[in-house]
Amino acid sequence: MDSNAALVDFLLGLGDDRLVLGHRLSEWCGHAPILEEDIALTNIALDLIGQATLFLGLAGDIEGKGRDADALAYFRSDREFRNHPLVELPKGDFAFTIVRQFLFDAFGYHLLQALAESAHEGLSGIAGKSAKETAYHLRHSAEWVVRLGDGTEESHVRAQSALDEAWRWTGALFVPTPAEAVLAESGVAPDLVGLESVWRSSVDEVIRNSTLELPEALPPTGKGYRRGDHTEHLGTLLAEMQSLARAHPGATW
Amino acid sequence: MPQKNTESALSPEDAARLEAFEAHVGKGGYVEPKDWMPERYRKQLIRMMSQHAHSEVVGMLPEGNWITRAPSLRRKMVLLAKVQDEAGHGLYIYCGTETLGVDREELVEALLAGKAKYSSIFNYPTLTWADIGAIGWLVDGAAIVNQTMLAKASYGPYARAMIRICKEENFHKRQGYEIMATLSKGTPAQKAMAQDALDRWWWPSLMMFGPSDTNSPNSAELIKWGVKKKTNDELRQRFVDLTVPQAEAIGLTLPDPDLRYDEETKHWNFGEIDWDEFWTVVKGNGPCNKERLEARRRAHDDGAWVRAAAEAYAAKRNGHNRATAA
Repeated sequence: MDSNAALVDFLLGLGDDRLVLGHRLSEWCGHAPILEEDIALTNIALDLIGQATLFLGLAGDIEGKGRDADALAYFRSDREFRNHPLVELPKGDFAFTIVRQFLFDAFGYHLLQALAESAHEGLSGIAGKSAKETAYHLRHSAEWVVRLGDGTEESHVRAQSALDEAWRWTGALFVPTPAEAVLAESGVAPDLVGLESVWRSSVDEVIRNSTLELPEALPPTGKGYRRGDHTEHLGTLLAEMQSLARAHPGATW
Repeated sequence: MPQKNTESALSPEDAARLEAFEAHVGKGGYVEPKDWMPERYRKQLIRMMSQHAHSEVVGMLPEGNWITRAPSLRRKMVLLAKVQDEAGHGLYIYCGTETLGVDREELVEALLAGKAKYSSIFNYPTLTWADIGAIGWLVDGAAIVNQTMLAKASYGPYARAMIRICKEENFHKRQGYEIMATLSKGTPAQKAMAQDALDRWWWPSLMMFGPSDTNSPNSAELIKWGVKKKTNDELRQRFVDLTVPQAEAIGLTLPDPDLRYDEETKHWNFGEIDWDEFWTVVKGNGPCNKERLEARRRAHDDGAWVRAAAEAYAAKRNGHNRATAA
């Protein structure tokens, strides 16, 4: 894989993670447990879709085939999406939404911090801006993890079961794709092994405060994720997201 | 129980206060939370402001319906931002209503129990993407006409909230109109989608201003106390006059064969509103009344354990802080 193709693949992954997770968060809009959370979750969704637009836009520019962020978001099939399985899982209850968000925010924050130092200027610029936003997202989700874990008996049980379920999908966060292996060598992207330990220690700290429990090791994971394999949930998510755009190919909105 | 005649039951002291109050608002003066106000004024404001807050919150549902399907990333972001603004307006107006001595929880309970009203416009379904354009253009447009007046309302906290909210509503209206303009110069299917949405949303938008003046029990009192400065029919006329040229400019046709410009009055005359439909929807039998209230109740009920957890955690932290301080 040449370095340009690797960079496009990697940028698609960054964009797709945020697009898909932003979609899941936006499903809460109007249905959150309190109005303040309608605002917070919508705001985070908005940031994520904004980040996705920038990453996909850059992917399209580098790819050079005339595909912009919209073309990449709306006219690729599920097998072409490069996101992690964690972000495509259904939103579940508020506990699942928060726990999943927390695990991803911690991952996203450390990854973006590292990418802000990337040798690729376009990438480092977007990552630096996105890292600042993600610091707020992480603070929000971490505070809720602690509140739910250390709130009532019911919230503790729900948060623990959400953590057990979401944890199954964290293994795939740290399995490098062939593209990431190429980019780590040239200093464009960080080494995921180094990232795993930083992520783990920041997750551990919050989980300790929340009185929840985490398994020792990352779960085993399939090798095909982020290379076309997905859970069954992505197909229906994209069917919804892309339905209108695909019903009117070539239309301007 | 017969309604108490508060006017005749007034003590001489209160009669003097009422006189001073009416003189003050009559001169365009503002009323602040700690000022004396007639009980009826307080009740009317709680009714109006809480209805307004509920409308912002229920209004998130029909538009939220299209966030996941918005046809471009930019449209998706603009819609997310708009719906987020509405949640913010709801919160802001609930806080404003609390200055009148009620709390948000009571107000929300009244909404969920079906006792409090919200704008009937949100009881119509959003069937296509163009509905998002029509809502921004017409519904937010109508809201702006109403709120521009309310920004001069005699109750200070409400007036100030309206000034701030109107600024954002202007963005909302512009984005809605822009969606409609883009669709109407798009493909034939897009243009048809825009016209269809306009056909469905036009009359309900006119109904947003409430019953006609001959049939509006609250208007006279609200005008006397400076809460409203114009009647429902005056506001409705203003909205029609503003909107007709906007529809023409983007090549869409308002679904009213009686629409005529009157050279003498310089106003657009329009056809008769279907008041049967208006009252049907107000009384709870519109196309989505049941669904909207159910969605709000579900969110509230499903969120009960979350709110309980947040309270329990806060209580633990407070206990912990007190223990550490001692």
